[in-house]
Amino acid sequence: MFEAMTVLIRRDLLLALRRRSDVLTTLFFFVIVVSLFPLGIGPELDTLRLIAPGVFWVAALLASMLALEKLFAGDFEDGTLEQMLLAPEPVFVLVLGKVLAHWLITGLPLVLLSPLLGLQYDLPGETLRVMVLSLLLGTPALSLIGAIGAALTLGLRGGGVLISLLVLPLYIPVLIFGAGAVEANASGLGAAGHLYMLGAILLLALVAAPLATAAALRISAE
Amino acid sequence: MLEVIDLECIRGDRRLFSGLGFTLGPGELLHLQGHNGSGKTTLMRMLCGLIAPAAGEVRWQGENIRHARETFHRDLLYAGHKSAIKGDLTGVENLRIACRLAGITVDERHAWDALERMGLRGHEDLPARVLSQGQKKRVTLARLLLSRAPLWVLDEPFTALDRAAVAFLEDVIRRHLADGGLVVLTTHQAVSLTDEAHVKTLKLGWKREGDV
Repeated sequence: MFEAMTVLIRRDLLLALRRRSDVLTTLFFFVIVVSLFPLGIGPELDTLRLIAPGVFWVAALLASMLALEKLFAGDFEDGTLEQMLLAPEPVFVLVLGKVLAHWLITGLPLVLLSPLLGLQYDLPGETLRVMVLSLLLGTPALSLIGAIGAALTLGLRGGGVLISLLVLPLYIPVLIFGAGAVEANASGLGAAGHLYMLGAILLLALVAAPLATAAALRISAE
Repeated sequence: MLEVIDLECIRGDRRLFSGLGFTLGPGELLHLQGHNGSGKTTLMRMLCGLIAPAAGEVRWQGENIRHARETFHRDLLYAGHKSAIKGDLTGVENLRIACRLAGITVDERHAWDALERMGLRGHEDLPARVLSQGQKKRVTLARLLLSRAPLWVLDEPFTALDRAAVAFLEDVIRRHLADGGLVVLTTHQAVSLTDEAHVKTLKLGWKREGDV
């Protein structure tokens, strides 16, 4: 059952490797948005430290948003999606593979780069560590939740804007606990509570989102 | 055996067909006919389970395909209008991934073999985006050579193919039928498939002979 999933993951990674520009746009978007704030606000370290968690998390949200449109669009246009729906494997397993690959391509690089960008905000080492951890737990949840919106808006005109309207409200809990974890650590409170909540959201999304996405894909493909 | 019972299709507020029924047994071919827009593709997608019928049901080996999804999909090969080919992948990669999604593991050698038999010698490891329309179609149809599914649903399989490829494909379909397979297809081209006894035809639409 999971063999078809790994095949899909490997295919998507291979496609990303052959068409690197798609991967890099998301990453550069994140880098640029995060770097614009210190330039705009000026070198007041106290202010920068204060806004860092929010800026990082909002930038991560928007970057994830930006990449969502392409999640199923290619497969929908060339007919691979039909073949996925006609595969003997349950569709949600294939969806899980697609989302995982999508996160590896667009989410993980952003997580790995964030400590470097955090230096612009004069964040201490411990806070950087919490930020990476929170992004590591939060960005997969963003991809999973976003996949539902991407599946629902497949083939619609102006789908991109519609995805943001559908998905951004659902991102709010992740934003609150993600940015909250970093803030809590920076202000000396423990980040554990927030991180546990992020983990719980991730687990919930892992169970529910692929099923919802699979149902949405069936509707969109009709 | 494929059974279609009282199928009805409503798209938007138009009824494309209703009360449609037929059965198709091993070794039989169903040729769907009808003018553009008469619902051939819709019917095929309905047979595959991609579209839910407004009424009626499709049964495979006596079971409604909605309830026996996995077994049905293992027995089904659908080649639609869309090629399901990635331009950035080579022919071999495309073919192997398509087969794997359909539940068959194909090693590299067999994939090369199938593409060569499909007349793509020398083009197996080119990215699919540089292939011509007909060559892409050949990559898609190479799946037929590797498939073990008894039921083939082919939407316009002959378009964009040259004469030699059409003859080859006819041969593949004929052999599949001889092995006890079932085929549902649409085509506007005159093709000689098999002896008349095993060919059923179904006409969709309301236009008469001579209408445009």
